[in-house]
Amino acid sequence: MLQTEQYTINIGPQHPSTHGGLHVEAVMDGEHIVDSIVHLGYVHRSVEKIAESRTYPQFVPYTSRLDYLATHLPTLGYCQTVEKMLGVTVPERAEYIRVIMAEFSRIASHLLFVGSLAIDLGATTGLIYCFRDRERIMDIFEMTSGQRLIASYMRIGGISHDLPDTFIPAARSFIADFPKMIEEYEGLIVGNEILQARLKGIGVLTAEEAIEYGVTGPNLRACGVEYDIRKADPYGIYDRFDFDLPLGSKGDSWDRLLVRIEEMVQSVRIIEQALEALPEGDIKAKVPRIIKPDKGSEVYHRIESSKGELGYYIVADGGEKPYRLHVRAPSFVNLMVLPVISRGEKLQDIIANIATLDPVLGESDR
Amino acid sequence: MENWFVNIAYALTNWLTGLGLSAGWADFILLVVQWVCIIIIVTLNVIVLIWLERKISGFIQQRLGPNRLGPFGMFQTIADAIKLLTKEDIIPSATDKLIFRTAPMFFIIISVMLYVVLPMGENMVIADLNAGVFYFISVGSLTTICLLMAGWGSNNKWSLLGAMRSVAQMISYEIPLAFSLLGVIMIAGSMRLSDIAAAQSNVWFIVLQPVAFITYFIAATAELNRGPFDMPEAEQELTAGAYTEYTGMRWALFFLAEYTNLVAVSALMSTMFLGGWQGPFLPSWLWIIIKTYLVMIVFMWLKWTFPRIRMDHLMSFSWKVLIPVTLANILVTGIALQVFKGMGW
Repeated sequence: MLQTEQYTINIGPQHPSTHGGLHVEAVMDGEHIVDSIVHLGYVHRSVEKIAESRTYPQFVPYTSRLDYLATHLPTLGYCQTVEKMLGVTVPERAEYIRVIMAEFSRIASHLLFVGSLAIDLGATTGLIYCFRDRERIMDIFEMTSGQRLIASYMRIGGISHDLPDTFIPAARSFIADFPKMIEEYEGLIVGNEILQARLKGIGVLTAEEAIEYGVTGPNLRACGVEYDIRKADPYGIYDRFDFDLPLGSKGDSWDRLLVRIEEMVQSVRIIEQALEALPEGDIKAKVPRIIKPDKGSEVYHRIESSKGELGYYIVADGGEKPYRLHVRAPSFVNLMVLPVISRGEKLQDIIANIATLDPVLGESDR
Repeated sequence: MENWFVNIAYALTNWLTGLGLSAGWADFILLVVQWVCIIIIVTLNVIVLIWLERKISGFIQQRLGPNRLGPFGMFQTIADAIKLLTKEDIIPSATDKLIFRTAPMFFIIISVMLYVVLPMGENMVIADLNAGVFYFISVGSLTTICLLMAGWGSNNKWSLLGAMRSVAQMISYEIPLAFSLLGVIMIAGSMRLSDIAAAQSNVWFIVLQPVAFITYFIAATAELNRGPFDMPEAEQELTAGAYTEYTGMRWALFFLAEYTNLVAVSALMSTMFLGGWQGPFLPSWLWIIIKTYLVMIVFMWLKWTFPRIRMDHLMSFSWKVLIPVTLANILVTGIALQVFKGMGW
């Protein structure tokens, strides 16, 4: 018998496929992964601490930088948390615009997921196709807020600007072209046999494990658990829309890809309904300039971000700044199952697993 | 036009013997001239090829590709080459210096050696060996050692992983590569590449040996380390595999050698399956260039469309699919040859 030795290999923090500063320490036996340890904190910017020295409205732009791939979702979560604290009712029009922008963010995030999964598996062209279409969403964001990547469009009590005239045609043309885009991804990425062979049965996460670890979002739904905060605990006006929850069955990487692609289709359905029902009216509720929630008020609010359950927990001390703010980041929780699902698989699989768990390091490290 | 290069060679030999040199020395000088020509052509061709690859990938990915330097960005590669030449050559302290330094040199030397037997047109071959195909395959397989040297000498886990992958992959794919060429050799009855090309005057071997063509194409992609089989490099997994520690011109030599290999294998493919220099109207050397470039464009098309296959899938595909298929192809070809011989064809 040849004597073999285990060795550790550091995947990241400087590595092409770790989606930012992720560091995975992998104990390897040849090409097989015996164990892996996730090291976080390379993108730590102490966002939670910064919150304690900023007034409530001042903190809005920071939230945009949490999950910069789905910029409107973390901002929406924060604004709704403060609104819940203050008891503000947001005008109808603002609510609808928020839903439209949130769902566009979800599509943008999932498009990046599909593209970066493709490039992590070596299909460079897939990334470019997804980015081409993501670009149109970025243009839509630019129209409304002047910013493309980190928009900071939501405000406490509503949104910052009303929609420009060019918005509705641009959104409608995106929706009209969307089935064609999906068809292209099916042909180029999803339908590819090499890709299917690399994803099917790889990185299997059982429903029990997912629940034990607190995995949420598309990763949980890929395991077959029907849980979406938009349905389970509707926030904003999500109870008015008709959409399905795509579910996977095996919880492998392949299911995680399919669930996200189907989710984009459902998001487009929501946007269609919201555009149909978009009312006229105010875009911002009357909120005092200086926000001072009552001393001792505590609130937790959660939304369904593109990565999972994104929650904000704010404790107020009567001042104009939060006493403590905590972000329940879905990427952070989801990443913790990486060692579980990668055990015994190959080096190439762990790359695919990181990609299909879809972490955003800006959010998980905060 | 047809015999330009052949005439130049004759004129050179005549001139040299006219100077009073013996025939042996004249041949030797001619050989040196041919070598220099090959090296110049290979280097210039790579510049064109890299530009072409970037343009094709741009076309496939719905973007422009290089378009700033010169017409259609044609001088971009030259600028890149100058940049690579002037870059700092970093040799990490923990490397095995001798192996680290010599690996890229061996790689490029072996790649250029492949051109010795390739017919670049009618009567245009440096050494028309009677075992040309055999020479090509055996020299081509030496590149494995260079990748292993690069990976081992770098003293880096990623490099070593890439090198190990490439050894496993190239050894496995050598077998179907050789087997798929056997069918052609059986029909042509010769291993001399010029004979094989001449034997296709009526019908190209791609028609008689379609299965062999497909298996050869797949095995050649793996042999060339090009996508979807670019395991040794595997940018997204192994950062740059065996080339991780290389910088500047050393890295560029690997690049150069890979493209040189690509041209050689494509030229062999057009000689073995696509009729070699045969073709109407145009001179033979132009036909082989056209065919080689077409084959290379298909290689690039594949690379920019497919994701990378997984290592164990790659191995099982070679041993469980390609090798049985090529063996069956040899059997069927042999039976068919005997049957046709019996029918007096």
